[in-house]
This record gives sequence, C-alpha cells and structure tokens, in this order.
Amino acid sequence: MKKKWYDYLWIFSLAYLLLGFFNILFAWLGLICFFVPLIISLTKGTKGYCSREGGRGQLFGLLGGRFGLSRRKDIPGWMKSKAFRYGFLIFFFAMFFQMLWNTYLVFSGTQGLRQVVTLLWTFKLPWQWAYHGILFHEGAAQFAFGFYSVMLTSTVLGLITMVLFKPRSWCVYCPMGTMTQLICKVKNRS
Amino acid sequence: MAAIRKKRKAFVESADCVACGCCVKVCPKGALQIVKGITAQVDMEKCVGCGKCAKECPASVIRIGEVEA
Repeated sequence: MKKKWYDYLWIFSLAYLLLGFFNILFAWLGLICFFVPLIISLTKGTKGYCSREGGRGQLFGLLGGRFGLSRRKDIPGWMKSKAFRYGFLIFFFAMFFQMLWNTYLVFSGTQGLRQVVTLLWTFKLPWQWAYHGILFHEGAAQFAFGFYSVMLTSTVLGLITMVLFKPRSWCVYCPMGTMTQLICKVKNRS
Repeated sequence: MAAIRKKRKAFVESADCVACGCCVKVCPKGALQIVKGITAQVDMEKCVGCGKCAKECPASVIRIGEVEA
C-alpha cells in the first residue's frame, strides 16, 4: 500500500517526546493531538484521526510491529470493557483538570512554578534542565510541565501495554479515542 | 452429493469495537471501514478472509469465520 503523508506522523510524536527533554515549552504543541481529533469528531462525526493522523498509535505500531517489541497477545477482557474505558476516561480527565488547576494557581500567584514532570500521576521527576525561562507568565510554563506529564504518562502506559499485548493496545483505552467515539455515538444517534 | 463450498470472512464484534481503525489500515482489499466513528464494518463482497485485520485488532474483536460460498 502506498504511504501517505500522514503515515509519517509518528516522527512528529517521537520528536515531541524528545523535544520535551530539551525545552519543556514544546509541550504546548501537544495540544494539536488534543484538538484535532476532537474537531474531526465534532465536525465530521468520524474517528478518522485515529487511523490516519494519530502519530502515537503509529509509533506503537512501528515499535511493536516492525521492531517486534510486542508479545502480540490478546488484551484482557476487562481492559476493553466499557466500564474500564469510561472509568479511565473520567480518571484521566480528573487528573487533567487537576493539572489545569495547578496551572491556574501559578497564574494567580498562589503557587510558585514547579519544574517537575509527574510520571504516572505519582512520580515527580526533576525536569529543571528543560526550562530556560519564559517570555510570558510562568503559568504558561507550568502548563507545559503539566501537559508534558500527561503526554509522557500516556506514552509510558502505551509502551507497557504495547509490550504486554498487541502493538496498538493503547488505542483500546486511549481517553481521546473513547471520548471521540462517544461524541460520534451522540452525534450520529439520529 | 455436491460438497458445500465455504469461504473465510472477517466478523466484527461491534459492541466491543473501539473504532480505532487499525483494521482499515491493514486490509489489503479495502474491505473494512469505520462506520460513523462507532464500529468497524466488513464489506463481505470485498473480504477474502486473510485475517490481517484480526491479527492487528488491538481489542481482538475481529474473528475469521466460514460462510457458505
């Protein structure tokens, strides 16, 4: 099958993760991965992003498929259940809003900038080497640290399930995928 | 008595499909599509039952079964 331009977007995903090690402000670019699938599902009522432009899935497909880093086993039944998928979506959103709240606290001056990346919502990794000051408010940098934490956490989870199960196992419980499918269901109900 | 000819086809368990589109990408015949962002659907006319989609599906909701030709 002839490759299209969007088949190479895994490079963007990989570059994004690497850039976060050098300058945390690049984390803002990750908003593209949030808004594009949402806009596609809201306007077109499809999940076209997942199979076309989703660079994260492509990266897992490449590492787990081409590079053979996956056991290629079936994902456990509970992980594809609606209860888990919607539960994970709610949990992910709760954590996301907590990150936004922390950003607000820095913007309001209540809290100082924390130069850490929180992995798996628990482990606070010092990340000061990737921060070189900001022209805007420090709150914008706090958002970058928080958002990169979200992206790195989801990548780590995706890598773990890639190794344990099938390459693109992340797609089964990806909160964006669950949310866009939900939007499509509501939008196409009639 | 004439032997019953059977053909292999892909079947999607729609209730558990996450509509990720992985199957669409690997199907060599273009027999799969994601309908309205909800579930994958197989075009039985195009499907040759090669099983690539079943192998790729991260949720393992596609199985290959036999139907009478």
